[in-house]
Amino acid sequence: MDYEFHWNIVFQNMPELLNGAFVTLHVSVLAMFLGVVIAILLAIAKMNNSKPFCYVATVWVEVARNTPALFQIYMAYFGLGAFGIHLSPYVAVLSALVFINAGYLTETFRGGFQSIPATQYSASKSLGMTSIQAYRYIILPQMLRRIYHPMTNQFVWSILMSSLGILVGMSELSGTTQRLQSLSFRTLEFFIVAAVMYFVITKLVLFTSSLLARRLFKGEI
Amino acid sequence: MNSLFTPLSWSDSGLILTGIWNTIIISVVAIVVGTVLGLIVGFLRAESNKAVNVLFGSVLDVLRSVPLIIQLILFSTFVGAMGNPLAPFVAGSIVLSLYTMAFMSEVFRSGFESVSPSMQIAARSLGMTKWQTIYHIRLPIGLRAVFPSWLGVSLSVIKDSALVSVIGYMELLRTSEQLISRTQQPLEILIGVGIFYFIISYPLSHYGRYVERKMAI
Repeated sequence: MDYEFHWNIVFQNMPELLNGAFVTLHVSVLAMFLGVVIAILLAIAKMNNSKPFCYVATVWVEVARNTPALFQIYMAYFGLGAFGIHLSPYVAVLSALVFINAGYLTETFRGGFQSIPATQYSASKSLGMTSIQAYRYIILPQMLRRIYHPMTNQFVWSILMSSLGILVGMSELSGTTQRLQSLSFRTLEFFIVAAVMYFVITKLVLFTSSLLARRLFKGEI
Repeated sequence: MNSLFTPLSWSDSGLILTGIWNTIIISVVAIVVGTVLGLIVGFLRAESNKAVNVLFGSVLDVLRSVPLIIQLILFSTFVGAMGNPLAPFVAGSIVLSLYTMAFMSEVFRSGFESVSPSMQIAARSLGMTKWQTIYHIRLPIGLRAVFPSWLGVSLSVIKDSALVSVIGYMELLRTSEQLISRTQQPLEILIGVGIFYFIISYPLSHYGRYVERKMAI
């Protein structure tokens, strides 16, 4: 082994790497939030029988689930150029992640909602609850319990997939790493540190999520 | 004057077909190798005691918690720095196979654990040897239970194979990217690429869901 590791340059650039990690978290949180909002709308559209909305939702879900994430990012970055829409790398990656998150979460939400028997709604009505109360106290808490883990996984997946920003020149963790290593040629060192940072971020997210779950569901999950 | 860019023509179909072929071949290699390794590791994890399990689990965890693209770059730079650079196809296949293995082993482990211990005891009491129990009872029952999950992981590997382009492997998305930079017709090319992935993935994912529904009843 005749490769000498030089870690100094990596530590000198640590602030920039941390900044990149922050952008990674930033874009994933935003993608998750917007994805959830759109997914709720799409799930409602899919469960309603109004044809045009249901059709749009189905196409959205199937395209998001059956094409690669990189394809979506290229589509947002290069493809929309044909319509005169030029997105910055950040917006391109964000919109691709939102598109995919919404597609996957729609099915999660729909499955979670349908897993709760309709009789529970009737039962709560017969106990004198209003519709809103029935959803607020009976349906939604149970649903949240079932979709919590899939949602956490989707969030972790967003963090990992935001690394594709490297291919369109976005300055999140991977993109920053790529730029810094091209300045110093310490490719191995920089990418090892980036890998460790991704690992730590993922573990922190999973840890926080399980703490939150314990508080939210009091252990019954 | 616009001679720098040439429009898409039929002579490009060879390049596109090469890209399609490369995508298919690396996906097949990764799925086959990943399935075989995942089967072995999954079985060992279902069999072994807690300490071994934790050790295996933490190694596999790293493969699942670091983005594939970083793994690809790290691996190909690493073997390059060690003095024996690998061809993009070889390096890509190795990383993608190991990545697949990490997911497959989890799938198979849950499959093996879904076969109830009493069924194995029953098989042993009928005079089957340990290997006969594995071969005739645990494998068929465990594997059938996880077929939909296996299909799901395989489909995601086909989609993730697009990332091998980062180390210079000429798969479909990379060839299309090169065509885009020459022709400046991103939309037509990308939609074609999207349709290719879609017609592979869509029927299979529906078949997986169909099997899952059928087994649930």
